[in-house]
Amino acid sequence: MTKIDTAMGLSRRSLLASGAALLATPMLSRRAFAAPTELTMLAWYGHAEPDIVTEFEAENNVKFIPKYYTGGDNMLGLISQSPPGTFDVILSDAEYVQALNAAGYVEELDPADYALDDYFPEFQQFPGNWQDGKLFSLVTRFGFLGVAYNTDALTEAEAANYNVFWDPKLTGKVGHFDWHLPNLGQMSLLNGNANPYDIDEAAWAGVQEKTMSLRPQVGGFFDYGGTFSSLNDGQMLAFCGIGDWITGVLEKNGAKVKSVIPEQGGLQWSECFSIGKGSAKADLAKKWIQYITSAKGQAKSAQMAAYPALIPNAKGWEVLQAENPDEAKRQGMTKDAGNAMDMIRAGRIKFREWPIQQDLETWNDFWSEYKGA
Amino acid sequence: MRRPISLYGLTFSLPLLIWQVLFFVFPLLFLVALSFWTVKNFVMSPDFDAVNWTTMYDRAVFWQAYGTTLALAAAASVLTSVLAFPASYAIAFKMSETTRRWAVFLMVIPFFTSYLVRVYSWQIFLSDNGIINVILGGIGLGPYQMLNTVGATMIGYLTLAFPLVVLLQLFSLVFIDRTLIEAAHNMRCGRLRTVFEVIIPSARTGLVIAALFCFILAFGDFVSPVYLGGGEPTTLSILITDTTKSGQQWPRAAVIALTMIGTLMVVAFAAVKFAYKGKSK
Repeated sequence: MTKIDTAMGLSRRSLLASGAALLATPMLSRRAFAAPTELTMLAWYGHAEPDIVTEFEAENNVKFIPKYYTGGDNMLGLISQSPPGTFDVILSDAEYVQALNAAGYVEELDPADYALDDYFPEFQQFPGNWQDGKLFSLVTRFGFLGVAYNTDALTEAEAANYNVFWDPKLTGKVGHFDWHLPNLGQMSLLNGNANPYDIDEAAWAGVQEKTMSLRPQVGGFFDYGGTFSSLNDGQMLAFCGIGDWITGVLEKNGAKVKSVIPEQGGLQWSECFSIGKGSAKADLAKKWIQYITSAKGQAKSAQMAAYPALIPNAKGWEVLQAENPDEAKRQGMTKDAGNAMDMIRAGRIKFREWPIQQDLETWNDFWSEYKGA
Repeated sequence: MRRPISLYGLTFSLPLLIWQVLFFVFPLLFLVALSFWTVKNFVMSPDFDAVNWTTMYDRAVFWQAYGTTLALAAAASVLTSVLAFPASYAIAFKMSETTRRWAVFLMVIPFFTSYLVRVYSWQIFLSDNGIINVILGGIGLGPYQMLNTVGATMIGYLTLAFPLVVLLQLFSLVFIDRTLIEAAHNMRCGRLRTVFEVIIPSARTGLVIAALFCFILAFGDFVSPVYLGGGEPTTLSILITDTTKSGQQWPRAAVIALTMIGTLMVVAFAAVKFAYKGKSK
């Protein structure tokens, strides 16, 4: 017996050892086969889709469980109705970040944990991210809102002025993205208000009057899906209240639409990541924010399939230019003059924010009246 | 003499009672309570303040949306009933048993697909560059604006309610006593007169209930006014979404919802009363 074992090069001891090792293998490699840790993300659609999260999920054995919302109010509602710790990562529009802070829905962040030095200076101390010198969220992407138009119907020069919405050839063909803030902000810019959301009562009355004069031109008020389809099928030829975050997706798919920042200026939307208060996976959530705000993550975020965006990380611009120069050029994230940062620095872009001298409710009520007019 | 409630009877009626309490009475009471809550800085707090009621009822846009919704739903009920009646009449009186079964099956098929998908597919037909305008263009007509109009909203309501209205009308028509029709014919009553003086009065209950269902569906519908009507004119369902979009004003949305429920209850009671008028004592 021993002879046979030895002849085969297998002693009883080595057989037992091999067997034990074989049996223990699943235990030893347990980490590799462990079920991925679930990380909940509250965000706009697209942020937890495979094109964005697959790499991070694989590297960290994580599985994102997204909860998508359709607007800041919806987001606040979902957080306020859920127990603390429900959401590990929260994506918020910049104007809602302060509300998140005030309600205590997000954890404080340590600035040293993030590549803030790689950010353009304008975004290192981004308004809303900081409160009393403490960091609560980190801006991850942004975009501009101007005039979206059908390139068969209008030239870029024609569209580069908000007054184009009143053009008789667009009667019944002007669409509104159905949210008061961007639309009324643009009307405020058209009326020459340097700070479109910080306007006194006289200026507010002027904005209302100007907006009402546009009503006969309007063909409809659309949500996210309706905006896409009405621009795509040429039902609406010009759109107020949106920008490249919608036309960019359509343009990439061959639709004849584009966005332009008019001479009166454009608005800026911004999205920021935070860690949800009471998250049991705050370390992993931090890792995600580190990843998505890194140069590599930022380049990925800029090309998000759901909707493209500009990124605040200067090194992210370099990665994007190397990876996808066409998209970098299309979005204006190149070193060329007139790029996205130049527009901000030239003062052509204003933050989209909540009205300062009026209640948010006042603006919304007027918007309902405008729609019903 | 009233019979005592037996355990046997309770066994069958309790689930319905529990269902109604859990999923209708309780949410309704919560909605009533919610309409008196207040909102500050996006946070709702339990309160007993009539401010939401006064604010909403003082707004012209609310009453404008109310009138629009009422008119659209009433128009949809009439239009759907009128268009559905020839179909249900043909199925009930002109088709063989087998063909009728197939027709009923065909009326059920639309419910296999999401209403939202059906409405979206209408956009392909109705848009300026859509199928209908392309066909019309082929014979030198148009293009006509059909999408983002009240007419398109009405098509959406028809998509939603037409099959159901046909089925409800049909159930009423097939149970009409055929001897009444024969008697009418024997007395030299013409076909059209028979329809108006014998068939419609005999099927009144089913026809009214069918129209009522159409009214209820159209009155609360959000999809058609938004995706086919282009969000205008503003209906109450659109106003609810508008209200919740600003500052978490769910209590005000509750006021609109309660007004809608109240209206539907009044309309439903009136319709049922009319449907069964003179039928039972």
